[in-house]
Amino acid sequence: MELNFLAAIGRVTLRFMGAVGHLTLFTIQAVRNIFLPPFYMRLFLRQLMSIGYYSLPVVGLTALFTGMVLALQIYVGSSRFNAESAVATIVVIGLTRELAPVLSGLMVAGRVGAAIAAEIGTMRVTEQIDALVTLSTNPFRYLVTPRVLAGVITLPMLVLVGDIVGVAGGYLVATESLGFNPSSYIKNTFDFLEARDVISGLIKASVFGFIVTLMGCYHGFNSTGGAQGVGRATTNAVVSSFILILVSDYFLTVLLLD
Amino acid sequence: MTAAPKISLKNVSKSFGDKHVLNNLSLDVREGESLVVIGGSGTGKSVMLKCILGLLEPESGEIYIDGQQVLGLPRAEREKSLLKTGMLFQYAALFDSLPVWENVAFGLMQAHGMKRPEARDIAIEKLSLVGLGSEMAGKSPADLSMGMQKRVGLARAIATNPEIIFFDEPTTGLDPIMGDVIDNLIRDCTKRLGASTLTISHDMESAQKIADRIALIYKGSVVWVGQADQIEDSGNPYVEQFVKGDIEGPIELDILKP
Repeated sequence: MELNFLAAIGRVTLRFMGAVGHLTLFTIQAVRNIFLPPFYMRLFLRQLMSIGYYSLPVVGLTALFTGMVLALQIYVGSSRFNAESAVATIVVIGLTRELAPVLSGLMVAGRVGAAIAAEIGTMRVTEQIDALVTLSTNPFRYLVTPRVLAGVITLPMLVLVGDIVGVAGGYLVATESLGFNPSSYIKNTFDFLEARDVISGLIKASVFGFIVTLMGCYHGFNSTGGAQGVGRATTNAVVSSFILILVSDYFLTVLLLD
Repeated sequence: MTAAPKISLKNVSKSFGDKHVLNNLSLDVREGESLVVIGGSGTGKSVMLKCILGLLEPESGEIYIDGQQVLGLPRAEREKSLLKTGMLFQYAALFDSLPVWENVAFGLMQAHGMKRPEARDIAIEKLSLVGLGSEMAGKSPADLSMGMQKRVGLARAIATNPEIIFFDEPTTGLDPIMGDVIDNLIRDCTKRLGASTLTISHDMESAQKIADRIALIYKGSVVWVGQADQIEDSGNPYVEQFVKGDIEGPIELDILKP
């Protein structure tokens, strides 16, 4: 009985370590291939549109309502010790450092990570990836590199838009419902905002963009078992992106705190 | 003195876990000939093809293309060796994100660096060779019937005028008339190019139509090779059973007898 239990732990550990090793090799290959020719500019631009431009509505809406809710909640809390003037500062710092990058990362993971996994997974099970090989084309450079690079570049841009829209959402609620003076709200927003608040959020966004696209490509590339396998790859891509974004967020925050 | 074979497999073995799929398989494809490999499902035909194309790595043995040992070659060298090959997949494996003409011209543009307008002209010319008009060029592969997809796949396979063409079950999933059309196209196109072809099939009628020589694979080894016109009176019990489609004989079936 105890031996069986130990064997089960051993099996799970071996499987886990195997998966970690596989993912590590895939990640190294993904990073390495960014710097190796050929570079597929047309595909890269298409991914910039697909990951960046088409994610604008969902990221914008998320940021807008997050900014609005944040202003309301912080107002409720800060009014308990007469610190209502801190609302603008907390909204902008909360958004730029934390909420815009994390929530944008999660939203893009749901939208883009799933789509990448489904597309590449379908290509795998319908032999399209094998067809690339027979046409003397490295499928890794053709499929993975443009997506990962586009993810790393576009997510910071999306977050920058999210920062602006979120702050605007907070401003709207503060001035229209909470009775704040518009000019003093804007002054408070920018007086205590530092460049590193924004930059740390953009660095996080870039890492999250890498995670989302890498997970989509990894699970799609390794999908097996027909339609069910593609479905599993899509779910795994989204779930693993969510987990990795939340875990890496903590470590990035510690790293970027000072 | 006989010319060196275009493709040569020597004692190739490949296993998946404890299942030995290829078992010391040796086979030659001569220059300019059409060799059809027949055999039941699960006998290792597709695995053999994937080993030649570098999609799978065998555990042991040697594979030569034009006298060059391709196993163990660096990826770039392997891609170069595939420049002289074309492949028609069982279900065509067309890239559904690209229109028909880009599918056909893919190898010309990506591997041979041809400019798009020139590649488009060649794609339309190749489409006409397989009986498809220029109005098909802009269509999406998803809008085509399986017979049309196979014809586009054939146009893609011959687009770069390859010296070697592989066909994976070319008539699977087609009605008898369309199957005959594809067989005729394969025969005409490959004769025109003077290409050596390796086809895997379990369709006896199709095999006899396109083959110069036929090889029978059973349990991962070649059990008979001979001229296509000798297959009816080969005197080989495996061939006789396969040709007649008998249940009784040396070929054991992986099914439970009632």
